[in-house]
Amino acid sequence: MQTVKMVVTGPFSAGKTQFIGSVSEIDVVSTERKISQGTERAIKESTTVAMDFGRITVDEDLVLYLFGTPGQKRFDFMWEILSEGMLGFIVMVDSTRPETFREARSILETFRAYAPTPYVVAANKQDMPDAWPVEDMRHALRLDSKVKLLPCVATDRNSVKTVLLELLYSILAEMESGG
Amino acid sequence: MALRGNLRDFTVTQLLNLINLASKTGTLIVDGPSETAHASFRDGKLAYARIGNEDNSLASILHRANKLSAGQYQIIRQRGGQMNDKELGLLLINAGYVTQEDIILSLHQYFTGIIQKLFTWVEGFFRFENEMLPPDDRINVRMDLENLIIEGSRHLREWEQLQDEIPSLDMALKFADRPGANLRNVNLSVEEWRVVSYINPKNTIRQIANATKMTDLEIRRIVYGLIQAGLVEIVRPEGTTLPPARMFPTEDREEQKSLVNRLITRIRSL
Repeated sequence: MQTVKMVVTGPFSAGKTQFIGSVSEIDVVSTERKISQGTERAIKESTTVAMDFGRITVDEDLVLYLFGTPGQKRFDFMWEILSEGMLGFIVMVDSTRPETFREARSILETFRAYAPTPYVVAANKQDMPDAWPVEDMRHALRLDSKVKLLPCVATDRNSVKTVLLELLYSILAEMESGG
Repeated sequence: MALRGNLRDFTVTQLLNLINLASKTGTLIVDGPSETAHASFRDGKLAYARIGNEDNSLASILHRANKLSAGQYQIIRQRGGQMNDKELGLLLINAGYVTQEDIILSLHQYFTGIIQKLFTWVEGFFRFENEMLPPDDRINVRMDLENLIIEGSRHLREWEQLQDEIPSLDMALKFADRPGANLRNVNLSVEEWRVVSYINPKNTIRQIANATKMTDLEIRRIVYGLIQAGLVEIVRPEGTTLPPARMFPTEDREEQKSLVNRLITRIRSL
């Protein structure tokens, strides 16, 4: 059995666990803990502390694993471990929380430094009325026009599929260009 | 859709950077600690600004810039009546009291002052109203934002924030290929010019800091300003190789492609 992996990263409460849960054929193996700190607790009750883990069986010989990183900075020691050997990565950003954009950019830069693999950025919660427009997010996140910034709703399977496919197209394009 | 948030999380410098890069047209409204500021932009250039209930009539701005005497200012206030700024400006130019350049420079100075005040606000809600423009009777200018952004980034002192902005000093810098960004029109300090002179995808930020004898904090602050002004971008240093990671279960190139194609087919079928 061959296995490959992709990593879903991003700031706290960006929607990583939901993203994996929308396409994983198993219930996401989540290492969540109740949040004790006040400001974070106001956003959600529990958070990922080690990783999330989802699986998509491709055929009898191949399995894709999706790893979600912990969003809280104090667990960032897990990031490098999780990024090892990944095909590519997805940076999830909550479009309704501009206060997390700076951290999202920092996470993106950190992962780029770990591995020169293709990546896409998913602008999550685009269905919310207070979501920032995708093109404004591109500037706020300082993303080059060549970087794929995709509107996303992590609870919608089709939306998640589009993000995964765009990442796979980028991986294929890089292979074909000799990268 | 909304472009709104809190200055605590998204600074004025970052907002100006966004407006500049996206060539936005509209008005930024910031509810600060004790007053509200409005700054209007056309195609990413500052056109107009006002703050609180401050008298921002042209006569008042020219008086504050010492282009009109107290007496002249009083007379205009008494006799100006319903005359708007544009009409007053023309009248003053035709009467030889001021030149067009005096008016433009005074407005630049006044609007810059408002933006500089905004840089000191660390708390406050902001929103950007697309297509909302200043009143027709006001004189608009076209000020490039790069200098204001550089100025704003000089106010950024928090180590933690700078570390978030530039997480690794082992990355390199390259000049952005964005049309319109011209270093010659940007007012850089001597230290900033020294850094600029070393910008090359072969030099890491750490090497530039060593060459210019700057501390981590100093180099981060300068690099941050240059990035925010859209002048440079962070890139992986040329010639560096990362330790090989085993991404695919096979070394064969064709098998790797086939594997990715199988993944694509499977995801499509979900």
